[in-house]
Amino acid sequence: MREEWRGFKGSHWTDDVNVRAFIQDNYTPYDGDEEFLEGPTEATDKLWGRLTELQKEERAKGGVLECETEVVSSLTAYGPGYIDESMKDLEQIVGLQTDKPLKRAFMPFGGIKMAEQAAETYGYKVNPQFHKIFNDYHKTHNQAVFDAYTDEMKVARHTHIVTGLPDTYGRGRIVGDYRRVALYGIDYLIEKKQDDLKNCGHGDMTDDIIRQREELAEQIRALKGMKEMAKIYGYDISGPAKNAKEAVQWLYFGYLSAIKTQNGAAMSVGRISTFLDIYINRDLKEGTLTEKEAQELIDHLVMKFRMVKFARIPSYNELFSGDPVWATLEMAGIGMDGRHMVTKNDYRFLHTLENMGPSPEPNLTVLYSSKLPENFKKYAAKISVNTSSIQYENDDVMKPIWGDDYSICCCVSATQTGKEMQFFGARANLAKALLYAINGGKDEKHLDKAGKHMQCGPELAPITSEYLDYDEVMHKYDLMLDWLAGLYVNILNLIQYMHDKYYYEAAEMALIDTDVRRTFATGIAGFSHVVDSLCAIKYAKVKCIRDDQGVVTGFETTGDFPRYGNDDDRADEIAVWLLKTFITKVRKFHTYRDSEPTTSILTITSNVVYGKATGATPDGREAYKPFAPGATPSYGAEKNGLLASLNSVAKVPYEYALDGISNTQTISPGALGHSLDEQKQNLVNVLDGYFDRGAHHLNVNVFGLDKLKDAMEHPEKPEYANFTIRVSGYAVKFIDLTREQQEDVISRTCHERM
Amino acid sequence: MIAERPDAISKEIEQKTAAMLEEQEKETEQPTEVRGRIHSIETFGSVDGPGVRYIIFLKGCNMRCRYCHNADTWDPDTDDMRSAEEVLDHAERYHSYWRNGGGITVSGGEPLLQIDFLLELFRQAKERGIHTCIDTSLQPFTREEPFFSKFAVLMQLTDLLLVDIKHIDPEEHLKLTGKSNDNILDGMRYLSDIGRDIWIRHVLVPGITDDDEYLRRTGEFIKTLDNVKKIEVLPYHSMGEYKWKELGIPYSLEGVEPPSEERVKNAGRLLRGE
Repeated sequence: MREEWRGFKGSHWTDDVNVRAFIQDNYTPYDGDEEFLEGPTEATDKLWGRLTELQKEERAKGGVLECETEVVSSLTAYGPGYIDESMKDLEQIVGLQTDKPLKRAFMPFGGIKMAEQAAETYGYKVNPQFHKIFNDYHKTHNQAVFDAYTDEMKVARHTHIVTGLPDTYGRGRIVGDYRRVALYGIDYLIEKKQDDLKNCGHGDMTDDIIRQREELAEQIRALKGMKEMAKIYGYDISGPAKNAKEAVQWLYFGYLSAIKTQNGAAMSVGRISTFLDIYINRDLKEGTLTEKEAQELIDHLVMKFRMVKFARIPSYNELFSGDPVWATLEMAGIGMDGRHMVTKNDYRFLHTLENMGPSPEPNLTVLYSSKLPENFKKYAAKISVNTSSIQYENDDVMKPIWGDDYSICCCVSATQTGKEMQFFGARANLAKALLYAINGGKDEKHLDKAGKHMQCGPELAPITSEYLDYDEVMHKYDLMLDWLAGLYVNILNLIQYMHDKYYYEAAEMALIDTDVRRTFATGIAGFSHVVDSLCAIKYAKVKCIRDDQGVVTGFETTGDFPRYGNDDDRADEIAVWLLKTFITKVRKFHTYRDSEPTTSILTITSNVVYGKATGATPDGREAYKPFAPGATPSYGAEKNGLLASLNSVAKVPYEYALDGISNTQTISPGALGHSLDEQKQNLVNVLDGYFDRGAHHLNVNVFGLDKLKDAMEHPEKPEYANFTIRVSGYAVKFIDLTREQQEDVISRTCHERM
Repeated sequence: MIAERPDAISKEIEQKTAAMLEEQEKETEQPTEVRGRIHSIETFGSVDGPGVRYIIFLKGCNMRCRYCHNADTWDPDTDDMRSAEEVLDHAERYHSYWRNGGGITVSGGEPLLQIDFLLELFRQAKERGIHTCIDTSLQPFTREEPFFSKFAVLMQLTDLLLVDIKHIDPEEHLKLTGKSNDNILDGMRYLSDIGRDIWIRHVLVPGITDDDEYLRRTGEFIKTLDNVKKIEVLPYHSMGEYKWKELGIPYSLEGVEPPSEERVKNAGRLLRGE
């Protein structure tokens, strides 16, 4: 065994890249409580204090502190950067995306226009030579996609029947196995990739072999670049990390290489907590590290994750509000052998929210099972009650599919660490599709130049009756979904092809197995509104209101009807039907690079934008009002309390939505219990009950409406500077949301019955 | 000292509720299949008993507590009649949330006004192994028959009662609730004698139920009981006020603010006899 691996057990991971085996052979489950945790060190307080000031300046400047205009981001584009030059010796873990904290890098490869616009929005002008270079000499992903789009695709994009496409920015959602850098060192990883290159193909140069060989060469180049990047900070990462501090630093360099080269929609960190615990544990045993120092390492690492920034355009912010990067980081879960995987380090990561206050990033995710140790469940619940900053995902439903070493690659979607990558892409607007079914493919909102409703979907015969007939609507909806699924998959095929070609994630893919499994992640928007609308048509009377062109633009619904979110099987069965129908249709189509199609019911904050583009729906939702986010029931639809709502969502089968089913619930503290002890225990009871029913995900917010309203009116109050709330699949600082989104959050049902 | 309700208000309440009560008496003759008169269901009760509670709010109450936050449950009249089996089938959809002692709580309204339904509900609940709890004022309690025997049986099926001494002084109690507290205190005594667990929950209303002397006397009474597992002080809140308005009944506590944290702590100390 190598000297750096002293004290470690096991064999399979020593002669192959196999981090999972290393973890299973070496981790120490922890059943105790949080008593061992240490507060922040003086260094942590100083650095975090400085960072808080910078964040304040950033907000005062409209959300961006500084934009790069002269340097194209790369692994080695910058010299070293620190939170504060005068305090750099205090930083246990070093490395910034650029040369200055919170400065946003210039990343033109996704699209030069967007990169320029992003800078301009905040008052910066990108050096014009880059305009020439990336228009005349080098093509970007964005230009390539638009070269190939069909007219039909452009119309669908315009009407927002398909929205949030990664055709102007990085697709993200690829989690490099950053732990490999720490465990093996870069040289060994290069050696392995060189072996792969040697064994790639037997000489017949088919498309896939040529592409693979080029990609491997890119990966090897990226690995070499990582070494150079580390050298700038005075570290040699060619060999394995020798101790905990190096392990944290090496791992962070791996992640830094990703965020220096990609501005993906989601840039997850992955499942690193248990892995790092093994190193910390060894140092603690050897007496070379104290608990205080261990916490400091984790605090400083998390501080870095809190600083990740990308230059975004305003329309992106409308989709994904609050400047998120989804530096998602997981903890807990249960191993395949039945041992829980909670370690002391999981406590340390959660504890960062106490040491440095609430924060949206990293997107801390507890892989939950009712079989996790009670102590840990209660500690996580306590952190939820106090900070509303963490989310829970059901390990019991994910483990059978993804094993026990998966990461969350976006807000809620699982991916096997180091074994998989994902072709992510946007969402299909199923609520709009329902209106298309009624209107024969005409868009209810968007007009062409002649003032006529645009024909976006296929020109099927529109429904002409005054009152909607359930069977007729269902027949037409089925046809419309066939069309939409096909168009959507093909748009994504095109985007993914171009992304591979023009904006390949060499650094992340270098830390993933060459023989990679690919998933093709589609998504659904408007879920609850379609379900409730179909219920209205089936159980109540829905009258169509048509405009002078005969297009239905409104509805009058009379009579009661069941709604999704009340544990009413009549509505919930339609919800299940809708999901199964959509994914079944998606699966009929060819997906790029033989990827496996999945779907999700998660919308992040884009529920506002999707809703804005969609006319009134038969469930009573007014035109252009926000959708309910993800798989969350519609606002005001829930009449039977929190658990009835949770039961409805829990019925949606994860096996059909392997990309995730996100649910966001806000509970007022008083509704959880009178004391913190009661609140902790009751939240655990809720989580146990919900996840034992096979539900996938839950965002938990614990605060009252008063606090939200006050924060909206008085964002300047210091207590709201870091007031974090969970929205669909991620967390944001409430005051960073647009007013529209703040009002949307406030209008959602808050469970606060006393 | 609780100020008298202004005459005009008292009269109006009296008139409005007389009709309700009359109606209720008529309906007390139970149909052959006992069905509960349901006000509403809350699937997620977190403070009305241990663990997560499925709460069944029943309709009808004889008291007219001035701080009542469920005034809409007073009127016993409703179309929503459910059998014990229906209620429990629905409740059990939430079984998975009942770890750590959860179960069902019957609240109201005053559940004991529907004691025949309670008997059936809890008999079946116990067959299904469900933890049972009643949130009651004990106002219907009497040692008279037929109530007393039924109550004795019900207590065999009840794991916990949440009770409240709304006021220790009989006169003040009458002014506050419109009813005497003799039988309520007697009921508590009985529960202590048979060893049935209770939680005491005192609603602290500034100027009405937060007098130190009365709180001390309440504490003394509680000391004489052997079955008190928990004493909670619930600070008054005005969230129920809108219901009075909706019902068109004058609300006599308008403008009363929730008590301070210090007053809440003080009340807790006095009730625990500290």
